[in-house]
Amino acid sequence: MTPTDQQLIDFVVREARLLDQQRLEDWLELFTDDGHYWMPVEWGQSDPRLTTSLMYEDKLLLKIRIDRLKGRATYSQSPKSRCHHVLQQPQVDERDEEQRHYVTWTPLHYVESRGDQQTLYAAWATHHLTLVDDALRIRLKRVDLVNCDAALGSIQLFV
Amino acid sequence: MVGKYRGNRQAITALVRETEVHRDLYVDQELFELEMEQLFANTWIYVGHDSQVPKVGDYYATTIGKQPVIMVRAAEDSIKVLHNRCPHKGTRLTGESCGNTGRFFRCPYHAWTFRLDGSLAGVPLKSGYEGTSFTESRAARGITAVRHVHNYRGFVFAKQSDVGPGFEEFFGEALSSLDNMIDRSPVGRLEVAGGVLRYMHACNWKMLVENQTDTCHPMIAHQSSAGTAVEVWKAAPAGTKKPMAVEIYGPFVSSYEFFQTMGIRVWDNGHGHTGVSHSIHSDYSAVPGYFEQMVAAYGEERAKAILGENRHNTVYFPNVMLKGPIQLLRVFKPLAADRTLVESWTFRLVGAPDMLLERTVMYNRLVNAPTSIVGHDDLEIYERAQAGLASDGNEWINVQRLYVADEAERRNVVTDGTSEWQMRNQFRAWTKFMTMSL
Ligand code: FES
Ligand SMILES: [Fe+2]
Repeated sequence: MTPTDQQLIDFVVREARLLDQQRLEDWLELFTDDGHYWMPVEWGQSDPRLTTSLMYEDKLLLKIRIDRLKGRATYSQSPKSRCHHVLQQPQVDERDEEQRHYVTWTPLHYVESRGDQQTLYAAWATHHLTLVDDALRIRLKRVDLVNCDAALGSIQLFV
Repeated sequence: MVGKYRGNRQAITALVRETEVHRDLYVDQELFELEMEQLFANTWIYVGHDSQVPKVGDYYATTIGKQPVIMVRAAEDSIKVLHNRCPHKGTRLTGESCGNTGRFFRCPYHAWTFRLDGSLAGVPLKSGYEGTSFTESRAARGITAVRHVHNYRGFVFAKQSDVGPGFEEFFGEALSSLDNMIDRSPVGRLEVAGGVLRYMHACNWKMLVENQTDTCHPMIAHQSSAGTAVEVWKAAPAGTKKPMAVEIYGPFVSSYEFFQTMGIRVWDNGHGHTGVSHSIHSDYSAVPGYFEQMVAAYGEERAKAILGENRHNTVYFPNVMLKGPIQLLRVFKPLAADRTLVESWTFRLVGAPDMLLERTVMYNRLVNAPTSIVGHDDLEIYERAQAGLASDGNEWINVQRLYVADEAERRNVVTDGTSEWQMRNQFRAWTKFMTMSL
């Protein structure tokens, strides 16, 4: 199968919807086994290994995060956070059928709220997608916050 | 307006009892201002690391307490700390947080220029000051330098006031933790590396300082993060190599006994550290090639002694925490009674394998980022404490665990790892440096 541009776009839109609805187990399934979620801390950062990041998580770390959100001793989620994504239409930046490698770029606004507080973040999401058994999967989701290097408060859910 | 505490030594002293502390230390804005004027002037405050300004003209802009300062390499062998304020009308001189200013600072308002030591180099249209006794003005003296600066093996500290002890006297034995961190480099040198994490906290800065030697909270407050990590890891197929991230998270939920027996060492002037015999950093996997480098540099016995030291958290009073075994330094920057900026810096051991920096950088991300689940656990507690202290039901905070009646007289003590002695030690130092120039 060769995904159409529209299928790539639909995939990215659905990914955000799973996050907003906090269907996080389903969301985690969207990643390949070696997939990563990366949120750099530096503007234009190219290395996640020797420069720290806000997040650089493989599936194991993402699972820990997701299980923690449900935990009874997770005091920072009492009360629970909610989140809301507004995406601009994703653009398909790269496609390589031979390598099954597809890259999309999506400007977005993200709101996270907890109790009486609500915080707005602006970001660009870059999805590196591939096909596994004819289904689209995320190899890398990179989230560049416009203010990645500012002194931020807690971000507890997924942008 | 006459406040409750300004100029009132007795009122300040009454806030710290042997085993209790008054909540005003955390919530009272007047007391916060006095901390900035007294405590942060009479003590040695960490400014930065000299690897941040390697070349002449390099600067790093930061704060001491609430005041903007610039650390600048004024000459090959000289680092100055200047008030980041134009002597003309007060304009802050730098926009970026770091860079190179060349041979002069040039104010962006009216282009007065200053040499790297702060002295005035030039004023445009200078004729306008002729016959005005300008040379006698405060402005003509140039940028005010912070009076006392000490570069300890790359770590730059400054003290604003003439009151208060000299550098060696202030830190004393506590410098051994910095020494150990630096000695972990085969060439005895560190470099700031790996980026900085900045995390805004809606709580008083001292809550963070106390938390550094609070060993009765990890197994409770971090059950959610570290406990979950341990649970998730249990599902991994037998024989899978334990990932670095699980090695980092796991020890946070060690038993009370683990923390009791690790010990706490308490030094003069509010300094102290957890992890005398072992710590949560003791059981990380060896990094290939590193031990051999250390033996080649120091000989086997000394290399073993350096690496056998696994101090957990060292508090450099008032507002720094150091983790030698993973080359991490955190600064708790006070912004207001209920607002603190936490900066977490990491260092490369010059000459050692990159994998050490990789672990350091990962630790920082997993524990100290605004997106870190361990960070979320802690901040939730601080913010609830800040909120709870609004209650008039009880104005006192209890720090009584393992209190020893004559402890104020004892020097350089090693005690039970779950003692709150080090917290009491910090509060004694707080009173001392808050009142020493009143
Ligand atoms: S304020 Fe700096 S030159 Fe005038
Ligand atoms: Fe903690």
